[in-house]
Amino acid sequence: MAQPQGLLFSKEHEWVSVDGDRATIGVTDYAQNSLGDIVYVELPKVGSTIAQFSNVGVIESVKAVSDLYTPMSGEVLETNGALENDPSAVNRDPYGAGWLFKLRLTGAGEASSLLSADEYEKIATE
Amino acid sequence: MQPPPSNSANGIPLIFELGQAGRATDYLEHAKPLESYLPAAALRSGLPLPDNSELDVVRHYTQLSHRTFGIDLGFYPLGSCTMKYNPRINDAIVARPEFADLHPYTPDELAQGALEAMYELERSLSSLFGMAAFSLNPSAGAHAELGALLIAKKHFKECGEAQRDTVIVPDTAHGTNPASATMCGFKVLTLRSDARGRVSPAELRRVLGPGTAVCMMTNPNTLGLFEDDIAEIASAVHDAGGLMYYDGANANAIMGYARPGDMGFDLMHLNTHKTFTIPHGGGGAGHGPLGVAPHLVEYLPVPVVTRDAHGRYALDFDRPKSIGPMRSFWSNFAHAVRALAYLYANGSDGLKRVSQLAVLNANYLRVKIAEFLATPYPERCRHEFVASAQRLKREHGVRALDLAKALLDHGFMAPTMYFPLLVPECLMIEPTETESKETLDAFIEALRAIVATAKENPDALLQAPVSTPVGRVDETTAARRPDLRWRPPP
Repeated sequence: MAQPQGLLFSKEHEWVSVDGDRATIGVTDYAQNSLGDIVYVELPKVGSTIAQFSNVGVIESVKAVSDLYTPMSGEVLETNGALENDPSAVNRDPYGAGWLFKLRLTGAGEASSLLSADEYEKIATE
Repeated sequence: MQPPPSNSANGIPLIFELGQAGRATDYLEHAKPLESYLPAAALRSGLPLPDNSELDVVRHYTQLSHRTFGIDLGFYPLGSCTMKYNPRINDAIVARPEFADLHPYTPDELAQGALEAMYELERSLSSLFGMAAFSLNPSAGAHAELGALLIAKKHFKECGEAQRDTVIVPDTAHGTNPASATMCGFKVLTLRSDARGRVSPAELRRVLGPGTAVCMMTNPNTLGLFEDDIAEIASAVHDAGGLMYYDGANANAIMGYARPGDMGFDLMHLNTHKTFTIPHGGGGAGHGPLGVAPHLVEYLPVPVVTRDAHGRYALDFDRPKSIGPMRSFWSNFAHAVRALAYLYANGSDGLKRVSQLAVLNANYLRVKIAEFLATPYPERCRHEFVASAQRLKREHGVRALDLAKALLDHGFMAPTMYFPLLVPECLMIEPTETESKETLDAFIEALRAIVATAKENPDALLQAPVSTPVGRVDETTAARRPDLRWRPPP
């Protein structure tokens, strides 16, 4: 499946949509498909400051518990509270209603360490 | 109002749905009422307890027991869980009144035989695994992990190195390790294995430092591969001031061939059910001996069994540096007796043969299964190996889960699935030494037939299992909206 253009991707299968100094982060369609039915998402605390590629939460599926990493550094502005009652949104709509958290970006030049849609596509179909 | 959840779809009603008011035999009819023993405030009334005759209760649970599956009924190839058969003689020995009727408060001088059994087991384990001493105190493998990390913590505190707050856990280590480290207040650093499925000493050196407390490894690891750089890894961790911990989950592969103490490990545990003989699973009454290198002996949990120059055994509680007791009384003493009986019955040659056959059986399965399913690390394995259904998933929509469910229809327990996490659509298969070639062949042919069905008629597998008392369960709803409580109908 082709990845949405205009997003940046991490090797850990997160996507990030950057808008000025704001960013929205989620996991990719490949990630949700590999994980299987997601049953619980633990997100970083609003107001906390998180560093690029650090472990900021947990995604639990019927198969396994996996760590969640942030593709960029920043202050957590908002988390997707709807996932608490309905984590299946990550499976249904990973690039839309299944978004995970929003950041105010604090790192400079971090985008260069992320992948384009085409670069990520290669990893995901390997 | 929804009807109460019922098990009766499976042909067996819940115990709550059976019986009639007043049917239970009233054993306490002539006894004093409970109110005369307990304060009225502690009593509850109106509890919806089932009211069944003794015979109905016996029949109910006997019927349920006929619908379960275990090692006594069939092959149970659960990777990293070592579901070996427990010889019945070990249970018979511990049932002897000399062991079974011994009161825990019996003075040492009247319990010399029991203390000798504990001492003999402790010495045997130390010799077999190359450690200075073992504690028989922890009552499960993960309990021993916690004990070992408490020892590490105390050790570093006394050395003035309390800043060592990080436990390194490779992605091929046993699943309980990160949980034990977190429970003990350490930070967990996950280390990725290399292309050979092993810890790379160079990668490890990059993360070692003044914060390194312990590196927890499983060897052979959960891919069934021996960490052949273990000596270099251990010296790198020691050079950084850290300790090496050996998770004994896979010790069944190495008995008499390699010793964690010789590999450079400072701490280790064994799972008595995996490597020797005590009942598997059930969540109760486990046993996890905890071993240490010479410099950590004084931290072991109390009590420790000692033997003096006259051959007298005693329980020693006077160990000022000990982390303290991890269990009441003498822990699960009966399991220590079972383990000792197993060691005596096999002897050192027999234990080598156990590991030899466990490895042989795993390699036999690995080579045969590779004829029809990918094995991502196609080299000689130890006691277990991983296969991957990734290609089946991509090309036919059949996942590891579907293969596992289909195996149930063939009368086999499913292997461990989706672990270790680094192998997609993973099946981790461990046959153990106690299975015959005929059983292994039957398993291979069942899996071969399932994989053929996956390619020709994948939809047929998506419904599996169809011959078990309970078919495909909705694991997603069970995890998202667990409902575990029976409520009386309104």
